[in-house]
Amino acid sequence: MKASSALLAASLCLTFSPALLSSAEWSGPLQQILKVGPEGAGNTEAAAAWADLTAHGPEVILPLLEAMETAGPIPRNWMRSAVETVFERELAAGATLPASQIRAFVVDRKNEPNARRLAFDLYGKVSPADAGTLIPGMIDDPSAPLRREAVARLITEGNAQLDAGEKEQSLATLDRALDAARDIDQIDTVAKLLREKLGQQLDLPQHFGFLMHWHLIAPFDNTERQGFDTVFPPETEINLSSAYEGKEGKSVTWQEYASADDYGKVDFNTPFSPLKQVTGYAYTEFTSAEAREAEIRLGCKNAWKIWFNGELLFGRDEYHRGQRIDQYSLPIKLKEGKNTILVKACQNEQEQDWTVQWEFQLRLCDSTGTAILATDRKPTPEKSAPARRPTAPAQ
Amino acid sequence: MHFSRLTLASALLFATVAPAHADWLNFRGPQGSGFDSAAAKTPAELSEKTLAWKAPLPGRGLGSAIVVGGKVFVTAASGPEQQQLHVLCFAVSDGAPLWERRFWATGRTMAHSKTNVAAPTPASDGKRLYALFSSNDLICLDLDGNLVWMRALTLDYPNASNSLGLASSPIVVGDTLVAQIENDSESFAAGFDLLTGINKWKLDRPKSANWTSPTVLEKDGEAIVALQGSDGVLGLVPSTGSPVFKVEGGASTIPSSAASGDQIFIPSNGLTAMRLGESGESPEKVWNEPNERPGTASPLVIGEKVYLINNAGVLTCVDRGTGARSWRTRIEGPFSGSPVAGAGERLFIFGETGIGQIVDLSGEEGKVISRIELGETILSTPALSDGALYIRSDGHLWKFSGEW
Repeated sequence: MKASSALLAASLCLTFSPALLSSAEWSGPLQQILKVGPEGAGNTEAAAAWADLTAHGPEVILPLLEAMETAGPIPRNWMRSAVETVFERELAAGATLPASQIRAFVVDRKNEPNARRLAFDLYGKVSPADAGTLIPGMIDDPSAPLRREAVARLITEGNAQLDAGEKEQSLATLDRALDAARDIDQIDTVAKLLREKLGQQLDLPQHFGFLMHWHLIAPFDNTERQGFDTVFPPETEINLSSAYEGKEGKSVTWQEYASADDYGKVDFNTPFSPLKQVTGYAYTEFTSAEAREAEIRLGCKNAWKIWFNGELLFGRDEYHRGQRIDQYSLPIKLKEGKNTILVKACQNEQEQDWTVQWEFQLRLCDSTGTAILATDRKPTPEKSAPARRPTAPAQ
Repeated sequence: MHFSRLTLASALLFATVAPAHADWLNFRGPQGSGFDSAAAKTPAELSEKTLAWKAPLPGRGLGSAIVVGGKVFVTAASGPEQQQLHVLCFAVSDGAPLWERRFWATGRTMAHSKTNVAAPTPASDGKRLYALFSSNDLICLDLDGNLVWMRALTLDYPNASNSLGLASSPIVVGDTLVAQIENDSESFAAGFDLLTGINKWKLDRPKSANWTSPTVLEKDGEAIVALQGSDGVLGLVPSTGSPVFKVEGGASTIPSSAASGDQIFIPSNGLTAMRLGESGESPEKVWNEPNERPGTASPLVIGEKVYLINNAGVLTCVDRGTGARSWRTRIEGPFSGSPVAGAGERLFIFGETGIGQIVDLSGEEGKVISRIELGETILSTPALSDGALYIRSDGHLWKFSGEW
């Protein structure tokens, strides 16, 4: 009996061993899918490869999950649909699925974050109870979609403790949830509970990694939206003591600005009063402890451009279609020491009350959304009484 | 004998692959215009009695269902930022889920809270399904869920997005899938090869957010696809993107035009009727009625009548030839979805509050003959197929059938 069990285990191992499978017959189709390129290049070959892969049984699931490690977003989607197609078909047919290997793939934090989340979902279908036991351990997981599950549990637990009048326990639980949370909706939920139910002071800008201290200069012209493509002096030199000719020939100079907004909003209308058809620039420096990969994440409902260490990262000429935290994610490579960030924000001619905003919010974080803080980060400014702001834009 | 076999095989192949009359292949069905003259039977009643089935849906979505080869297809988006894209297939007969494919969004998923990432309706050529999302992911699957091709249009064209959300639905015309990816920044329309997803053509469009969908005109047996936008309507040869006609003067960017034969009824300065010229070029204005303003719902042409619903929920019938008003009546709105109709002189419309209505068009004036409250927000347009009506909310897909 023992011998036959061992044989069965060995047989299963042999059947599902990723090391063996990676060099097997599907390496060709996998390579083909990895070749899918821009504008549909390689689609035809990928479709044939997809058909090849999905003709296999459960033995192809692990190699597909593993291949996601080196895949870009499009090949990863081809692979995902192949994994799920095979998995669902085999599950419905009552086939033996490589549950323990899928579980091992989930818990191995070196694997690709989205692939791990997918594997977790698959594992939950074959072993829901055990999948549930994995969740608490994901509270510091580098895969944001997995971490989310653990944070959600803590929020539920903290809420229940609040309802039961266990304030101290709830505070500890929700503090852990806030430390771990990376998704905006979860951070908002926890912050609201901590502030409103438990009277806590929170430094959300630091939690998110918003950059709060800037130098601003404005207004330059943006009549007929021409400012977006016009090169004004801050795009060619950063000299914070210089004066330049701005809109209508008026002299403009850099001025210091500090945001106290929970979500790091940098509001040009505050120092310059509401203006229309204008362009402004914001400049700041970020001292990094090390050279590393990072992301600049921006929210802005005005047309904008961003330069990082003097290089144009991206620009977008859309006005007043909405703004949210992390609206745009721009990969960067931080240098050790000083890095520079220049933001151009253009305000257009619209006069509806929802087009007054001339602002942006910008944070630095890693790919999971974890804040990266400057070594010389200044304290977050205290909030003062909100200043009255005119609602009618001046021309 | 050999010849007969071939003929039979060809006939069977054609029968298998050609879209059946019962199919509803894209947003607003035939010609993307909401009226299916071949739909002889349509439900006479929306009620518990005619509710054939109700199927749960994941996440959010407001693109319509389409019906192809005995299957119903619908898209959805789920997750905290709607980054999980779903393509779902159900059996027409009982609503049983047949398959589901999921993808990660590769483009931006930001959208106004009223709309969502699964706003465009998928399209089909009867053999394959083409699902477009607001994230600019364009996915082709066969009817059994096998992946045929994918495009990640935001990776190809990084500024092609709308922070309020895109909603234009693609359409298959001949051998080309036509889509409008129109926005304030990198705005374009394109024709995609049905088998490979490669661009057959791509042209710049006005830098202006636009939620309208293409419609199809016909001139001497040739299809002309009409792209509506802030600057008017552009008629193109679908397979090449070559321009055929241009209607200047601007047009709405929310309700789409309705096409019927060589005429198009454009939400422009109220409602404007145009007829194509001799060779399809130089369309001439037939009439314009500045007071007949479609709201969010697109107009509908049935025979000699044009129907429109304004933002106050007033359904108006005007004469196709003159634009003269025949009647108007208030129905229960507000509406985000558009009306559809089959051959039975009944108009079907669902309002945002979940109220579905059938308006009898056979009398002197329109009359609501059936009404149902589904209890969920409905922002979508119904689909008609084989005597049945399909409508979806975020959470459910319903089929009503019978009592013709």
